Amino acid sequence: MIEGFTALYIFMLSAFTGYEVISRVPVILHTPLMSGSNFVHGIVLVGAMIALGHAEGTLELAIGFFAVALAAGNAVGGYVATVRMLDMFQISKNKNKNKGAAA
Amino acid sequence: MSLAINIVYFLTAAIFIIGLKQMSSPVTAHRGVVWAGVGMVAATLVTFGSPEIELGNNINLVLMVSAIAVGSAVAWISAKKVAMTDMPQMIALYNGMGGGAAAAIAAVELVKLSTHGQADVADHGLVVQVLAVLGGLIGAVSFSGSAIAFAKLQGLMKKTLRLPAHQLMNIALFVAVCVFGYWVATDHPVSADHVFWFFIIALVLGVMLTLPIGGADMPVVISLFNALTGLAVAFEGFVLDNAAMIIAGTVVGSSGTLLTQLMAKAMNRPISNVLFSSFGSDGGAAAEESVEGSMKEIQANDAAIMMAYASKVIIVPGYGMAVAQAQHKLKELEALLEERGVTVKYAIHPVAGRMPGHMNVLLAEAGVDYDKIFDLDEINSDFATADVALVIGANDVVNPVARSNPDSPIYGMPILNADKAMNTIVIKRGKGSGFSGIENHLFYADNTRMLYGDGQKAVAELIAGVKQL
Repeated sequence: MIEGFTALYIFMLSAFTGYEVISRVPVILHTPLMSGSNFVHGIVLVGAMIALGHAEGTLELAIGFFAVALAAGNAVGGYVATVRMLDMFQISKNKNKNKGAAA
Repeated sequence: MSLAINIVYFLTAAIFIIGLKQMSSPVTAHRGVVWAGVGMVAATLVTFGSPEIELGNNINLVLMVSAIAVGSAVAWISAKKVAMTDMPQMIALYNGMGGGAAAAIAAVELVKLSTHGQADVADHGLVVQVLAVLGGLIGAVSFSGSAIAFAKLQGLMKKTLRLPAHQLMNIALFVAVCVFGYWVATDHPVSADHVFWFFIIALVLGVMLTLPIGGADMPVVISLFNALTGLAVAFEGFVLDNAAMIIAGTVVGSSGTLLTQLMAKAMNRPISNVLFSSFGSDGGAAAEESVEGSMKEIQANDAAIMMAYASKVIIVPGYGMAVAQAQHKLKELEALLEERGVTVKYAIHPVAGRMPGHMNVLLAEAGVDYDKIFDLDEINSDFATADVALVIGANDVVNPVARSNPDSPIYGMPILNADKAMNTIVIKRGKGSGFSGIENHLFYADNTRMLYGDGQKAVAELIAGVKQL
């Protein structure tokens, strides 16, 4: 069980972490990065599974099913889209190994 | 079992942060997302063993597995098939799904409260209920808003729609959703009707907020919804007592907010402007300076000669290039020119394409090396020494009035100094102005020549021209 203030601390530290982690990203990676962070919030799948897992009655089950299906779509779609975009950089990276450090 | 689950969640949260960090560099980006994927799979698998899931209920498990199968299959196929130019709207779509999932989690929890009443409320507590409502609201807005963003970018919805008193209606909706949200968060027991109307109004609000925003501002909006979904996920994480969701959601929420700011800054559009006014309405009245000179046309063969005998050519691709799918032809032209000893560089405006970085992805797809691709800051001083600047499908991002005319709506927006090159060739479909409707003074400049035609065809003609020499 996460106590109120512990949760608040987690929230604050995560917020700063997110800000720091991407503050130095080159413009060329903005779109893949947005796609990547889109994939990361696909973790909502875990929550959707829990919600469906303890759902009772038709209405809760229906909404829960909806939640899990959407969340799975978010996670899988986000992953595939990100990998496809980054693969394109991969092609040119093999030719120019050093450019990454400069960008 | 619960200890093992917590360890996996903990590691997943750590991997996500490291993954995002690695995604900020082109060299490690691929590794980063693969690791994050491993974390996601692990977290999903251990959740099947979670004590909160009553595995005694077979129906829940069957539904869960089939929902994962359906959602994954649809997303997998669509993400594999979509063309790179259409990627932004797909990101919007997947993001909307995440928001919808967060809202649906809130709905399940709130419906639970309405059917079981007092007993459950005791161990839920007011704070948790408030967070469920907040997450539900943000998730629902992100869900319906992203759907509209998708429809707009996909071309399913061409016009920006602005109802009379649109702003007032949005305020009314917002007040209404707050009132229902307050009731839902504080009622004992929760009324199912209130929950229902709360979500309906939230969904309508998402639609209404997104409808008046033009396609050109969509990247900022998608990025904003991405951050919002992250926040909604974090709130539902509090509700479900799941630290992995809290951390991942919050990290996305804050990094997404930063990304949104970076994009808005690159477009010289404060986020509040993007959200609450369309370009035409605040900029249309600005004094239009009369333009000196005329547009001078050039034939492809002459343009080809100009480029083939140049020593440095800078290509400025814009969204029009992406629409015409001319990136592969451009790469071909670049190779031909390089063979002749011409230095070729690409100048990318931060908002070229539909999102920052989108143009880079498109050029990378065509096989352009990224040591030839330069940001605005890196290349702007280079234009003065370039023999030819080839502008293809770009308009407002090379309009010099952004530097010279304080009355112009785009004044102050950083632009590529294509006008400083010795010669400028502009490939353009027709004589119209850009999405902002502002006359582009570059097109009338003495050293500018216009090459009219479809981007891909025009570049093909240039290639043929260079080959003939």
